[in-house]
Amino acid sequence: MNTVSAVWGWLTTAANWSGENGVWHRLEQHLVLTFACLVISALIALPVALTLGHLGRGGALAVNLANIGRAVPTFAVLVLLLLTPIGRHGQWPTIIALVLFAIPPLLTNAYVGMREVDQNVVRAARGMGMTGAQLVWRVEVPLASPLVLTGIRIAAVQLVATATLAALVGGGGLGRIITAGFNLASTPQVVAGAVLVAVFALLMEAAFELAQRWAPGRAGGRVR
Amino acid sequence: MTAPPPDDCLAHNDWICGDYLSTRRQILLDALAQHLQLTLISVALGLVIAVPLALLARRRRWTVGPVLGITTVLYTIPSLAMFSLLLPLYGLSATLVVVGLALYSLTLLVRNILAGLDGVPAEAREAARGMGYGPMRQLLTVELPLAVPAAMAGLRIATVSAVALTTVGAIVGYGGLGNLIYAGMNAFFKAQVLTASVLCVLIAVVLDLLLLGVERLLTPWRRAGRRARVRSRAVAGPKRPAAAAPGQRV
Repeated sequence: MNTVSAVWGWLTTAANWSGENGVWHRLEQHLVLTFACLVISALIALPVALTLGHLGRGGALAVNLANIGRAVPTFAVLVLLLLTPIGRHGQWPTIIALVLFAIPPLLTNAYVGMREVDQNVVRAARGMGMTGAQLVWRVEVPLASPLVLTGIRIAAVQLVATATLAALVGGGGLGRIITAGFNLASTPQVVAGAVLVAVFALLMEAAFELAQRWAPGRAGGRVR
Repeated sequence: MTAPPPDDCLAHNDWICGDYLSTRRQILLDALAQHLQLTLISVALGLVIAVPLALLARRRRWTVGPVLGITTVLYTIPSLAMFSLLLPLYGLSATLVVVGLALYSLTLLVRNILAGLDGVPAEAREAARGMGYGPMRQLLTVELPLAVPAAMAGLRIATVSAVALTTVGAIVGYGGLGNLIYAGMNAFFKAQVLTASVLCVLIAVVLDLLLLGVERLLTPWRRAGRRARVRSRAVAGPKRPAAAAPGQRV
């Protein structure tokens, strides 16, 4: 009970929300980092996945990438990048690590989505005389969009989590409130920061859940 | 302080350093032991909680939604926040890391065990009932063995992710090899960071292969039936995976 009231006290103190180390500034850093990296990794992964999916090649690549991603500790990659010459260039170690870990879910989901398109539909479209590009944009991508969206959602939630870890190597973002709390030996601040991070991650997940539910009919309902 | 010899890789702070391995052997072995201990205990704890949960969800269908919902919400929480949230409960202890990792493994384990049980063919269940098997015997000798492949898929993913996530435990001082990475970062000690990182990946690969071996031992009928299955697959098309795994945990 004591901890809960102390955490509540920290969260309701206006001074903790404003300024360079305040919650609003950290939240802004977190959001900017997450979305910038989501855009970069989507620009890298989606064209590759859609091309390979259309051609029906690279399945082993997609699966292996996903498995390797699980086995490599994100924290270790962050620190390794920090100690290389890249580490002297501000945010770059964090951005590179985040992009590296967001690519596998984007790539695998988009690839699988393209491969799972009903082959009869593809043959029918070919029979109607569609060219390769028409087939991709009018048939395969719309039908694959639910899984592509799932990949984007997984990548986004993962980016929120990874951006938290960036605080361990001196980066910005909400995780910084937690690490600062550890340095001050202030359990209320650590727990308050953790609550904020958890709520942010859950809100991100919920936002995508709603987006997928309200997306155009072809992205949600028709593909089953 | 004496000047180090010119060919000393520790003095040069090289990434790869044989001297590091020989001089810090004990530190590395201790960190490795802590890492393995944290990972294995947490996954075992997760399994002990997940099996009854999955059986409950199967017996009482209305619990499926809440069980999967709650474990998925837990899975969404970033690791740094998870360990920090448990801080008031367990303090700076190894228990904190173990509990946090066990909570993460629940999603993967419950989902996959449930998918495995749901995938048991109705014919197998009816045959068991026809042979006079009671519900308990049917569960232990027919349903659970048939659910092993799907459950093991979840266990393998949970174990590999737990190995990677243990490193974040360094924030409370119980991160196994993560402790060395954290300390190496603060001291700019390249050999230590690289060695510990590589060891993490190696542990993950070795544990994954061990679990694959266990799976093969537990399901001898799959090897016997492989040839028949290949033939039937050619007719029926490839089988879909049992359960979609959620994304990687960070």
